[in-house]
Amino acid sequence: MHIAIIGNGISGITAARFIRKLSDHKITVISAETDYFFSRTAIMYAYMGHMRKEDLKPYEDWFWEKNRIDLKRGFVSKIDSQNKQLVFKEGANMGYDKLIIACGSTPNKFGWPGQDLDRVQGMYSMQDLDGMEAASDKNLKRAVIVGGGLIGIEMAEMFHSRHIPVTFLVREDLYWNAVLPTEESKMVSKHIVENGIDLRLETELKEIIDDGTGTACAAITNKGERIDCQFVGLTAGVHPNIGFIKESAPEIEVGKGILVDEKLETSVKDIYAIGDCAQLRNPNEGRRPIEAVWYTGKMMGETVAYTVCGKPQAYNPTIWFNSAKFVDIEYQVYGTVLAKAPENHTSIYWEHPEGRKSIRIVYDNKTSEIVGFNLMGIRYRHEVCEKWLKEKTSVETVLQNLGLANFDPEFYKEYETEVVKIYNQQTGKNLQLKQKRSLTAALKFLRKAVGV
Amino acid sequence: MHIIQKIGLGIFIIALALFTLSLGMGKYQLSADSLDISKEYHKKEILEKAKVNGLLDKRYDSNFAFISDLKKTLVDAQQSLEEKAKDGIPEGVYEWDFRMGNTKDYMFGVVKSASVGPIAQNPIRWFMLTFGLGILGGLLYILPKFISLPGIKNNAIYHNSLTRGLQFNIRSIFLGLTIVGTIIYGIFYMNHNLLWPAITAAMVGLISWLVFFRQGSKENNPQRSASPDITGWLGVMTGIYLIGFYILLYWMPEYITSWVVMVNPLSLSLSGNGASQWFLYGTLYTIIVLVMGIRMMSKYRHNVYQVVRTCSVMFFQTAIAFLLPEILVRLNQPYYDFKNIWPLNYSFFFDYNLDTLTNSGGLGLFMLVWGLALMIIGVPLFTYFFGKRWYCSWVCGCGGLAETMGDPFRQLSDKSLRAWKYERYIIHGVLLFAVVMTLMVLYTYFTGNYQVLIFNSDSVRTWYGFLIGSAFAGVVGTGFYPLMGNRTWCRFGCPLAGYIGLVQRFKSRFRITTNGNQCISCGNCSTYCEMGIDVRAYAQRGQDIVRSSCVGCGVCSAVCPRGVLRLENSSIDVDTRTDALRALHIKDGEVTLMQ
Repeated sequence: MHIAIIGNGISGITAARFIRKLSDHKITVISAETDYFFSRTAIMYAYMGHMRKEDLKPYEDWFWEKNRIDLKRGFVSKIDSQNKQLVFKEGANMGYDKLIIACGSTPNKFGWPGQDLDRVQGMYSMQDLDGMEAASDKNLKRAVIVGGGLIGIEMAEMFHSRHIPVTFLVREDLYWNAVLPTEESKMVSKHIVENGIDLRLETELKEIIDDGTGTACAAITNKGERIDCQFVGLTAGVHPNIGFIKESAPEIEVGKGILVDEKLETSVKDIYAIGDCAQLRNPNEGRRPIEAVWYTGKMMGETVAYTVCGKPQAYNPTIWFNSAKFVDIEYQVYGTVLAKAPENHTSIYWEHPEGRKSIRIVYDNKTSEIVGFNLMGIRYRHEVCEKWLKEKTSVETVLQNLGLANFDPEFYKEYETEVVKIYNQQTGKNLQLKQKRSLTAALKFLRKAVGV
Repeated sequence: MHIIQKIGLGIFIIALALFTLSLGMGKYQLSADSLDISKEYHKKEILEKAKVNGLLDKRYDSNFAFISDLKKTLVDAQQSLEEKAKDGIPEGVYEWDFRMGNTKDYMFGVVKSASVGPIAQNPIRWFMLTFGLGILGGLLYILPKFISLPGIKNNAIYHNSLTRGLQFNIRSIFLGLTIVGTIIYGIFYMNHNLLWPAITAAMVGLISWLVFFRQGSKENNPQRSASPDITGWLGVMTGIYLIGFYILLYWMPEYITSWVVMVNPLSLSLSGNGASQWFLYGTLYTIIVLVMGIRMMSKYRHNVYQVVRTCSVMFFQTAIAFLLPEILVRLNQPYYDFKNIWPLNYSFFFDYNLDTLTNSGGLGLFMLVWGLALMIIGVPLFTYFFGKRWYCSWVCGCGGLAETMGDPFRQLSDKSLRAWKYERYIIHGVLLFAVVMTLMVLYTYFTGNYQVLIFNSDSVRTWYGFLIGSAFAGVVGTGFYPLMGNRTWCRFGCPLAGYIGLVQRFKSRFRITTNGNQCISCGNCSTYCEMGIDVRAYAQRGQDIVRSSCVGCGVCSAVCPRGVLRLENSSIDVDTRTDALRALHIKDGEVTLMQ
């Protein structure tokens, strides 16, 4: 059987690797972007000089041949699902028995005048990295970044690392406060400013000005201000990259993304879609139909591998988790922590006086069940948090054992007592922290879960 | 760059230039008073020949001219004594007090005692102008870094000519030249005895064959080995400078007497003895560890683990490796570095060391027992509890230099699978060599018989000292910092690291835990692993990292942007540390965490 995979990002590559683990099928991974799989999330480090471009590749080049995963550089212009053929823009066809579409997303553009000028781009692909590199010349006196999300702050940090002044336009009144609760939003906003980045809150892009040669030379904001700049970064989110599917394979049903069932199969038999480009028809409760993050892509890749290898699996991403880094502040989230907390959610929020670390624990005030963890500048153990969340552990049990979750390096100060203190203040109780940070205790706790 | 940093850099460059130029500033005049040789017959003969050759009391402005004339005089003296010995050695005089062995033994001491130039006249002033200004410049460059916000500052490392590394083929040229050069020089070093250089060449061939051909890594793309396109020439220059320094230090110390003269007052004030080239090396080493240790703390000051660890290597280098042995000498006790352990301390079982320790009363015996106990009990015990890091990145002097001066170069370690194959053969090969050499030396010590099978134990030990002790640990070990990373010796060569690594791999509570499924495969951990471990390969599949080479420096954990890695210990799963795959995986029809 020949399994073709469109896209060599994390989803497609995870699918390929697991298909190889499970079977002897012929596997072809097709990409128009690069010859080899690379870590998209690490693009910024190549620009900042932390790593070389080569270091973005998680596997050495010989890995693919050794594992009999064929890599093909090419752009699929048409999917002929009747005859099970892929048509390449460069000419030539390729047959397949099963097809996995993992073609990712593409940056949003909202019809801004000038959005297609030179030196205006998003930050998603290897080509975008090359574009930024090329634009970072002597003429670049200021860059304007539009959109207050995760990519926006990365782009700002990138230019900042090369001492290129950055103006960062954020539509909301605080950075990323559609996702982060207010306190964390404030912390990050303050951190952006203390790094010397010109943060403009409640400011939107209205227009990008052409210098007469088809190149951007200034951005006009909705407040009428003109900001001279030689680069505009568009980072107002992404959407599934399904343009070529709409045109070439109308039989594949699409919404915002490629619609898939719980087995990740599209409306056409033997064609699957995973990762950023997939839209779940019936997502789990509390989960969005399109989740364009690294981890879900990885999980979908593994799930679809089982399905195409004859061991059908339903996609079940279980407990939500994510992470990011805002310049110097690490961020981790486990479970549900909403920006606008519903009535039944209560937060225990502790923040370090220096304002670069915080712990937020959210629980259901009706049932006392733990709901989520939000960490800034502090690391928590994934498995411990996940187990508490899965088992709907009571907040007081979690608090007394909170040290089990602490994953900060050795000698780091532990702040769990402070968190318990805040809970006591909020409730008038007198809870004590019983467990400090300890691998042995965490392992014992987790092993009980799997009955070892 | 901050203005103070620019000034600091300027001062440092001036200090470095003065330090380098000072080698050519020495004036030399051999006089009967200054010649410091304890063996009367030798001294007399040398003075006489010096007189005959017109060397005595003649003032030289160049060390090359002086050394060349001195060589002739020493050879003349040696030959003359040989002639006289034919007629019979005076009664009651030992043969070695009459005949001169190797003339090279006297070269350094005589040149040093004949130094009369501006540096010899005012060594303290010159010490301040070179070492002092260097420290000042370095600190001025480093201290403003404490002003910036704390956090990982690896910006522009690969844009910097000093830290970018070099192209694969240029690196290969360096490696090839080093190996060939070492073997050729070794032939002369062994007085044209070809046996050991030939065995070494055969081993190089064998290991390359095993790695390249037998294991089929010939075609492997060396993408993770070195820089793909551009070479950082500043780094190459730095490497050449360091390599040159080590060659002079080990094999031609008579050319660096200007430097030794500068640290003479310090040596006198510490041990009461004049400085040797080893005292110069120790002083320089300690100063670099201290100054660059402060840099390390400025860079990782948000990370308590790094700060404590850096303080530890600074302490052990300064107090235990540098000051304490000098003080022991002042108190008429044996020179002893209490943290140095066999087989890194390969001369521990040499006859002269055993004799010194057993003849130095209670303290000497204590040192002997201490050394044995560290090796037999200390290493396995501490490694079981804390992993290899207790020594390699907290105590060891080589590790201390690598973690301070070497930190800017940690990203240059080779992460390819091929490098790992080389690593396994070479480091365990050196460990085996150390064990065999030591057994032969001990056999000779206890039986008095130098012939062990077909080998002469004395030449084995000389070759080990030359090849491993000097060429590998010194020239390559530090000279290659800007070429192949700061742990080249520790990773490929150190026999003690090999020994501790085996304990860490098979019986230790230590591991680096991977945090569930949080890895984004960014590769910062692998890039900044000085031991060339592909940390990402483990982290991205949710596997804990247990590797014999891991020195537990903790930088992978520090640079991880997503909080994925943690160095930690636990005794409850010592034998199953690597079993759990913590990433989300499907098993038996469900998505589960853990097994």
